Amino acid sequence: MSSRSDFKYPKVVETPSRFRNAIGKYRLHRTDDCIACGKCVEVCPYGVHVAKRGMVLVKHPYRCVGPECPDPCYKNCPQNALSLRRNQDFDALGDFRWTADLLASTWHMAEYGHVPDAGLEYKTGNSGGGFDKLRLVLPRAEGNSAAGNGAEIPDMGLNLNRRGDESYRIRIPVPFYGGGMSYGSVSIHTMLSRVRAAAALGTFCCTGEGGYPDELQPYDDHIITQVATGLFGVREETIQRVRIVEFKYAQGAKPGLGGHLLGDKVTASVARMREAVVGYPLFSPFPFHSVYSVEDHKKHVDWVKAMNPKALVSVKVSTPTDVDMVAVGSYYAGAHIIHLDGSYGGTGAAPEIAKKNIAMPIEYALPKVHRFLEEEGVRDKMTVIASGGIRTPHDIAKIIALGADGICIGTADLVALECVRCLNCESGRGCARGIATTDPELMNLISQDWGTQRIINMYLAWLEELGRILKRLRMKSIRELVGRTDCLVHLDHLKKI
Amino acid sequence: MPKKYVIHTRIVPHRFEPVTPSGIIAWEEGCLKCAVCVKTLCIYGVYDHRGLNATQMIDSIDNECMNCFRCVQSCPKELIHKSMNPEFKAIGDSYWAPNIIARLWYQAETGKIPVSGAGYPGPFSGPGFDSMWTDMSEIVRPTRDGIHGREYISTAVDIGKKPAFLTFDADGKPAEDVNAIIDIPLPIMLRIPSFGSITHGIVKGWAMAAERLGTLVAVPEEQMSADLAAFAGNIIPVVGESSSGAEVLRGYHPMVEIGAPEAVNVSGKFVEKQNPGAVTVVAIPLAEGIEQRVLGLAEAGFSVLHIQGSRKGSFVDDQSRSLKEGIRAVHVKLVESNMRDRVTLLASGGLAMAEHVAKAIICGADAVYVDFPLLIALECRMCRRCVKGLSCPVSIEEASPEWVALRSINLIGAWHNQLLEVMGAMGIRDARRLRGEAGRAMFFEDLDQATFGSLGELKEGFELE
Repeated sequence: MSSRSDFKYPKVVETPSRFRNAIGKYRLHRTDDCIACGKCVEVCPYGVHVAKRGMVLVKHPYRCVGPECPDPCYKNCPQNALSLRRNQDFDALGDFRWTADLLASTWHMAEYGHVPDAGLEYKTGNSGGGFDKLRLVLPRAEGNSAAGNGAEIPDMGLNLNRRGDESYRIRIPVPFYGGGMSYGSVSIHTMLSRVRAAAALGTFCCTGEGGYPDELQPYDDHIITQVATGLFGVREETIQRVRIVEFKYAQGAKPGLGGHLLGDKVTASVARMREAVVGYPLFSPFPFHSVYSVEDHKKHVDWVKAMNPKALVSVKVSTPTDVDMVAVGSYYAGAHIIHLDGSYGGTGAAPEIAKKNIAMPIEYALPKVHRFLEEEGVRDKMTVIASGGIRTPHDIAKIIALGADGICIGTADLVALECVRCLNCESGRGCARGIATTDPELMNLISQDWGTQRIINMYLAWLEELGRILKRLRMKSIRELVGRTDCLVHLDHLKKI
Repeated sequence: MPKKYVIHTRIVPHRFEPVTPSGIIAWEEGCLKCAVCVKTLCIYGVYDHRGLNATQMIDSIDNECMNCFRCVQSCPKELIHKSMNPEFKAIGDSYWAPNIIARLWYQAETGKIPVSGAGYPGPFSGPGFDSMWTDMSEIVRPTRDGIHGREYISTAVDIGKKPAFLTFDADGKPAEDVNAIIDIPLPIMLRIPSFGSITHGIVKGWAMAAERLGTLVAVPEEQMSADLAAFAGNIIPVVGESSSGAEVLRGYHPMVEIGAPEAVNVSGKFVEKQNPGAVTVVAIPLAEGIEQRVLGLAEAGFSVLHIQGSRKGSFVDDQSRSLKEGIRAVHVKLVESNMRDRVTLLASGGLAMAEHVAKAIICGADAVYVDFPLLIALECRMCRRCVKGLSCPVSIEEASPEWVALRSINLIGAWHNQLLEVMGAMGIRDARRLRGEAGRAMFFEDLDQATFGSLGELKEGFELE
């Protein structure tokens, strides 16, 4: 068990892109006028230029921060041989929620383990509402001695069993764990990268509903196994192997729909794991046809407790209008964790109408549940986990201030593995970039060591940034931030006093 | 239980290459001629069968590229790039956005629900129907597994007069006319769009689609032709005050629409004389005071009322007010006046995506008319050249009625499945029960105010990050 004193975070190891040309926001053009004087190599703080065999090259253009550079090479060049322009490839990337800036800054964090120095908006996206309109309210920084600098590193830990019952007392040293992605929707390399990163951080990662591959066994202590409506690969033995079992009632991206794995992705190994037929699409039913009430739900929880009496039970639900009733019902059924997955959450395949229109965004659902559990007097007995469109350390701080205890991560892990959000996870052989695929050739585009370190680096960058925010709020623990809506402002409702 | 309603769709290819959001720029100059070129590694084989559509000047790689960026990121000389297509950005307008049009093309071609990987990429919310979310059922109440046909969900609705009770005269006969009720298997009727390169053949194609779908199509009187006689039972002629000749009607029509409320007296008499017993719809432009006008007509005995919004889903006299708002106001007014169950409310204007149908019904409509999506199903780019008398870039006027019918059926088939998806998630088994279920929807205005309304304070000495 990880306690605060003996746990040490892993180290950052620089882990560059697995592709030859990493995509950056800017491009630098060098003309033949260059005399290889080396001035640019000298002034650039980011290592964009490299001198090699009497030549100077723009070796790492993606590192360039553009006009925000404190001492730009193109202004220092004695020959005027350098010019800066925006990279058109960059402008073909991204969307409203995951802007190109957010993608590139996540790649930066996965490579270096720190937030970008300049040039990229890494805090918010461009969706025009929710997280992207919320801002943290921080005491004004005073000169260089920003409040709390140099003080003790804030405590990021989170107890997952707040009921204080006979089940495992699990404390994770970070306020997040990995969300479910099934074997089949993603490759074993992707799964292992996520699980190993979670283990390195002392936290957890969920299997999703596609079964429990043997390769995960060494990490049993860091795995949440999921029981979803299809019951794929769920066996007594897999329930007994873990410390946390998650019931997936619904998924934010496709509320009212079960999982959907297209035929092409049902390869021999996936079919074996799911006890299905190769090449046939798999639709999980919806809902659990054994659960039509909170009493039925309690039966589910009791069933897990009969098999694995010490396991924590997490209940993953989507966000209907009566999500608060669902949450309080889960408490009375004996669950330890209520996991709310907002409507803008991730998926491997879902109808677009469901992603956009059904159920509410997490920014609305979470405060509603938080308040309702408080009024019911059971808030401090439940661990409330939020997910569904949480992309950055700032999103984490905002949702915790709105009332969450911790968060669950999905898409951001995949972006660390260089997902470009082309939205083609579901089609044909799956992801062309080897992340969400079970194609033997494509999945080998990722090595486990590379993937693990990229995700660890991103987590470490998040923790560093969260630590900076907490220090500025003069908080010693992330627990102090829970429900502190006075630390937030919504730009549409802002009135200056 | 009535027989399950299924719309059979099949692939109906486009006649013109669709405009795509982005393209590939691949330079040849400086190419190293690597033994294994990154282009050969494309998992979609985009470069293998590259071709140029010479009439449209479209390179097939632009249409087939799936945006994985692998070639861009792997070429040792960085000769391959992606770029946004300005032509794509230019199609449509602020309301009929390029993405909406492209998705309609896809549905008309395949008949399938658009499915994709990864979470929702769009804006948090938007105007009109984009500022509401539909509810879903979970644990504390059951859903319906409708989408794959595993549980029965009915989408049928009735249009016509619905008296709350019957009255009888001394002979025991009904004292007033009990008008016919028209039962359609889905809450969608078709309507001829107000512009487009629309010929008699195109209208015939839509009439064929209406017949095969079991629904109706509203056709303005000037577009009625002899071609339509065979489809009279599926056509709603839209008549104006000037309609006097019987040539507007082509046989007996079970439903007739009066195009303007000013014309109700004159046109009403004409319809009653020429087409007795038909269900009469009165169209009312969506404008300030709509709820009073609808109520007035309902009290005057008109039983089917059609709220006609602008092409962009707004009030015709105020672009800042949406069709959503108009339908809700009318519905609430009728409920308060104890009139709601006596009338059928139809809505039209700016219904551009499948979710708009479900949302219009949740706001209070019984059924909707779909217009421009039918034109976009025929590859229309909403460029409005036809309005200026210029040629249509996709020669819609040359399309065959059969192709028009099949593309339209595909589109409506995809929309019907999406309606099932929304209803299934809500746990609603009957489209009649969906009407006015605003309590099973979540509105941006309410949620944002309730959640964030109090988060507006920035005290001295603090800053935002």
